[in-house]
Amino acid sequence: MILNEVKEILEAEVIIGSDNLKIEVKIGCAADSMSDILAFAKPGALLLTGLTNLQVVYTSEISDIKAICFVRGKKPDEKVIKLAKSKNLPMLMTHLPMFESCGRLYANGLIGIGYLDIKKKNG
Amino acid sequence: MAEDKKYTKIQELTYELKVENVMTKKVVTVSPQKTIYKLRNILHTKRISGTPVVDKGKLIGIISIEDFMKCLAKGEINIPIEERMTKKVRTLYADEPLVHAVRKFDEYGFGRFPVIERGKGKLVGIITKGDIIKGLLKKLEIDYHKEEIHRYRASHIFEDIVADRTTLTFHYNVVGEDFNRAGESASGLKRTLSRLGIQPDSVRRAAIAAYEAEMNIVVFTEGGKLTVSVETHRIKIEASDSGPGIPDIEQAMQPGFSTAPERIRELGFGAGMGLLNIKNCADKMNLTSKVGKGTHLEAIIYLNQR
Repeated sequence: MILNEVKEILEAEVIIGSDNLKIEVKIGCAADSMSDILAFAKPGALLLTGLTNLQVVYTSEISDIKAICFVRGKKPDEKVIKLAKSKNLPMLMTHLPMFESCGRLYANGLIGIGYLDIKKKNG
Repeated sequence: MAEDKKYTKIQELTYELKVENVMTKKVVTVSPQKTIYKLRNILHTKRISGTPVVDKGKLIGIISIEDFMKCLAKGEINIPIEERMTKKVRTLYADEPLVHAVRKFDEYGFGRFPVIERGKGKLVGIITKGDIIKGLLKKLEIDYHKEEIHRYRASHIFEDIVADRTTLTFHYNVVGEDFNRAGESASGLKRTLSRLGIQPDSVRRAAIAAYEAEMNIVVFTEGGKLTVSVETHRIKIEASDSGPGIPDIEQAMQPGFSTAPERIRELGFGAGMGLLNIKNCADKMNLTSKVGKGTHLEAIIYLNQR
């Protein structure tokens, strides 16, 4: 799914990366705990989170997250935006809550980590 | 074996690439009122063997050199294209995976498919078998090139140093309770390891382990050091501090066990998964701690040698 579709499905606002909306996110990942992101996110994922601090940018970089969408209308401050810009990490913001954001994306075909694990198990 | 592998790589690419990535975007089109005679000139000067017929921006048909030859045989050279074109046009969507295009070429045996934008029906390109081959070769070359650069860099630095054993060591100072900088060290380490040409999966595992270790130092201590040493066969990450120490290591390793205060949890840390994450990322992990003295963590990630 390309970022522009994510934007439309979640009625999201683009914080950074308006010229980068054609990039593709292959998988969705939603978490409010950094360790969960580090443990479970797959490279190339879109991260949905309510966390807006600097560490969310570092965590995304370390976990090879392709783009972030903040949920529940949370917007990071300038410091965070500046860091994300330097790392070329697109960021969106939606007013939808986490559950609904996930539901809409999943219903529109964005797969989750479970799908990959099941696929692996079944060969 | 090698051939098997290449086959699957190409297959993989046909799923990864989209029609729009390989199609020709500058499409030569003809209007339906033009004569078959004029079509001859277009096919000849543009060196193409078929072209979509477009009327007021809408794709209404397709006409090929075969249609032209049939007309020639019957002497129908001055009739308009619209009377001899194929009206039921098979098309592909720009965002379809390339594998769909491959299947359609097989199924219909056509020489080309017009490509249209999903939803809008606008003609945005044309795709031939030649485009598919060119697109795949280009992508293979890019991937190959990237891989080559990585390999060159990796071997370069270790091979240029003449020694029986070479170790590159990176030091990072981690400041306690400074959330403006927490994450910087692991971020820097990740970039460094990537530049050394270490495989992405190993880089990722090392970066995650280093990041969790860095966060532990920031959250629980007044500061410490992160030391990472790289040899051709392994990455060793050491995190040490002179902080409060861990009274019960076994308990600290339990998933979900945490002594982090609420304000740390609000930042998204302190869920009690950090040490476990390190253990899962590392091939070997060792943790020693003395209350009041400090903690020393060592995590090793073995690298696949080429």
